[in-house]
Amino acid sequence: MTTVQTGIQPISTSRRVKDRVVQALVYLAFAIAVVPLLSVLWLVVKNGLARFDLEFLTHSMRNIGARDAGGGAYHAIIGTLEQVLFASLIAVPIGLLTAVYLVEYGSGGRLSRWISFFVDVMTGVPSVVSGLFVLAFWVLALGMPFSGFAGAMALSILMMPVVVRSAEEMLRLVPNDLREASYALGVPKWRTIVKVVLPTAFTGIVTGVMLAVARVAGETAPLLLTVFFTDSINNNPFNGPQMGLPLYVFDQAGRPTDTAIDRAWTGALTLILIVMLLNLVARLIAWWRSPAKRGS
Amino acid sequence: MAKQIEVSGLDAYYGAHKAIEGITMTIEPRTVTAFIGPSGCGKSTFLRTLNRMHEVVPGARVEGKVRLEDQDLYGPDVDPVSVRRTIGMVFQRPNPFPTMSIYDNVAAGLRLNGRFSRSELDGIVESSLKGANLWNEVKDRLNKPGSGLSGGQQQRLCIARAIAVRPQVLLMDEPCSALDPISTLAIEDLISSLKQDYTIVIVTHNMQQAARVSDKTAFFNLAGQGQPGKLIEMDDTSKIFTNPGQKATEDYITGRFG
Ligand SMILES: Nc1ncnc2c1ncn2[C@@H]1O[C@H](COP(=O)(O)OP(=O)(O)OP(=O)(O)O)[C@@H](O)[C@H]1O
Ligand SMILES: [Mg+2]
Repeated sequence: MTTVQTGIQPISTSRRVKDRVVQALVYLAFAIAVVPLLSVLWLVVKNGLARFDLEFLTHSMRNIGARDAGGGAYHAIIGTLEQVLFASLIAVPIGLLTAVYLVEYGSGGRLSRWISFFVDVMTGVPSVVSGLFVLAFWVLALGMPFSGFAGAMALSILMMPVVVRSAEEMLRLVPNDLREASYALGVPKWRTIVKVVLPTAFTGIVTGVMLAVARVAGETAPLLLTVFFTDSINNNPFNGPQMGLPLYVFDQAGRPTDTAIDRAWTGALTLILIVMLLNLVARLIAWWRSPAKRGS
Repeated sequence: MAKQIEVSGLDAYYGAHKAIEGITMTIEPRTVTAFIGPSGCGKSTFLRTLNRMHEVVPGARVEGKVRLEDQDLYGPDVDPVSVRRTIGMVFQRPNPFPTMSIYDNVAAGLRLNGRFSRSELDGIVESSLKGANLWNEVKDRLNKPGSGLSGGQQQRLCIARAIAVRPQVLLMDEPCSALDPISTLAIEDLISSLKQDYTIVIVTHNMQQAARVSDKTAFFNLAGQGQPGKLIEMDDTSKIFTNPGQKATEDYITGRFG
C-alpha cells in the first residue's frame, strides 16, 4: 500500500465530518446575523417610501398637528447634519492626535497606559450619560442654552473612543520600514508622521471615522438632553433647541395617528440614507487618494 | 562631497544587551568598504550607528565616537536629523513609500526637507534615477506608484531616493539580498560608479560580492551567543581575501563557519 510507504494518508472521515459541521454552523451564524438586518432594511424601506417625497425633505413640522397629514423632517435633517458635523470637528482631531500620541510617542509609557485605559472606559460610557454630562456641565453649570452644539459635544464624547481605537489600529499597521526610510532621508519625526505615516493609514482612518459617524448619527438619548426638541427650523447650531432625525423618529412614532407613524418611518429611512451617503462619500475620498487609482 | 569617517571605541546597546563593542576603524572617502561576518555579529547595528539610526530603536544607545571629517556625530549639540541628511542609507528590504508615485518617491527627501521649484525637482529626479540606473525603465511612468515596480527596480528606486538628497556617505545594508542575479549585477555596477562621488559602506553576506565591489573589507565576529560583536580585522579587500591576518577571517571566508 502506498499510504504505508509514504506516510501520506487520505483525509480521515472524522475530519471530513467536522469540516462539514463547522461549515454548516458558520453559514447558519451568517444567516442568523443577516436576517434581522435585511428585515429591518426591508421594513424601513417599505414603510418609509410612502412619505419619502419632496415635501418631507423640504418642510418642517411647524404648525402641523399630530393628526395633520403633510409636514416633513427638513429641520431634523439640518439638525442631524450640523450636529454630526460639529461632533466630528471636535472628535476627529482629538481622537486622531491621541492615536498618534499612543502609537508614535507614547511607546508603552505610564501616560499612554493611562490614556489607553480611559479610552476603554469611554468606550463603555452609555450614550445617555454623555448627554447628562453635557447637560450638567454646559447647560446647567455654565448656563448655556440648549443647542445643536451642545448635542455635538455629547456626540463627540461617544465618537472619540471609536476614532482613537480605529486610528490607533491603522497607525500600528504602517510598517516600521517606512518610518525608518523617512528618517534615513533626514526627515524629522513629525514630518514623517504627517507626510508618510498618516497618508499610508489614510484609507483605514477614514473608514474608522465613518464607523464613528454612523454610530452617533442614530443616537437619541443624548440629543434629548442637550439639543432639546423643536418643530421649527433652526439653522443656528449655537443657539436654541434643534431637532435631529433620531429625535424626530422618536417623537413621531410616539404619536397616535397613521400620518405621524408614516413620518417616523420616512425619518428612519432618511437617516439610513444619510449615513449610507456619507459612507459613500468617504469611500470615494479614500479611493481618490489611494495609489491604486493611478494604476500600477 | 565624499568624506572620511573615523570611529573610535564604539559600543552599541539594545537596552541592557551590548550588541557591539570597542569598534575602531577609519572609512576612507571615495572608496567602497564592505562589512562581512556571520549573522548576528552586529554589522547592521554598527552601520546604523554611523548615521544615528541606531537610536531610533526604543532603548538603544551608543557609546564612543564617530567623526565625519572633524565633526563628532554624537556631539552634544549635533542634530541627528541633519546627520541622516548627510549620511544616507539603503535598507535590506526595498521600502518605497506606498502612497507616492515613482517621481514623488525620489523627490521625497527633498520635498520633506525644504522648498524646491518644479524644474529643480525634475532635474534632480532625472539625474538621481539615471544615477541609480533606473531612468530608462521608468521614464514613461513616473506618475505610477513606486510599489508597482519589481523588487530589483524598487531597490534601485530606494537608492535613487537616497542619492537625491546628495548625501556625502551612502550606507547600504545587504542591498541585494532580496534581488535576482541580474538586478544584483545592476546594483553592483551602480555601486562602482557611485564611488566616484560618495563614500560607500556596504554590508553583505556574499563573499564574491564583497570581493567584486569593495576596496576595503572589514570582518566582524562574535565570541559566542550573547557576546557583543567585534571588529576582527580590516584591510584592503585583496589582502583580506588572499592573505588575511587572522585565522578566524580565513575560516569565515573559506566557508569553514558562519
Ligand atoms: N531591534 C533590536 N532589539 C534588540 N536586539 C537587537 C535588535 N536588532 C538587533 N539586535 C541584536 O543585536 C545583535 C546584532 O544584530 P545585527 O542585526 O546588527 O546583526 P547582523 O550582523 O546585521 O546580522 P545579519 O547578518 O543576520 O543581518 C544580535 O544579537 C541581535 O539579536
Ligand atoms: Mg543585518
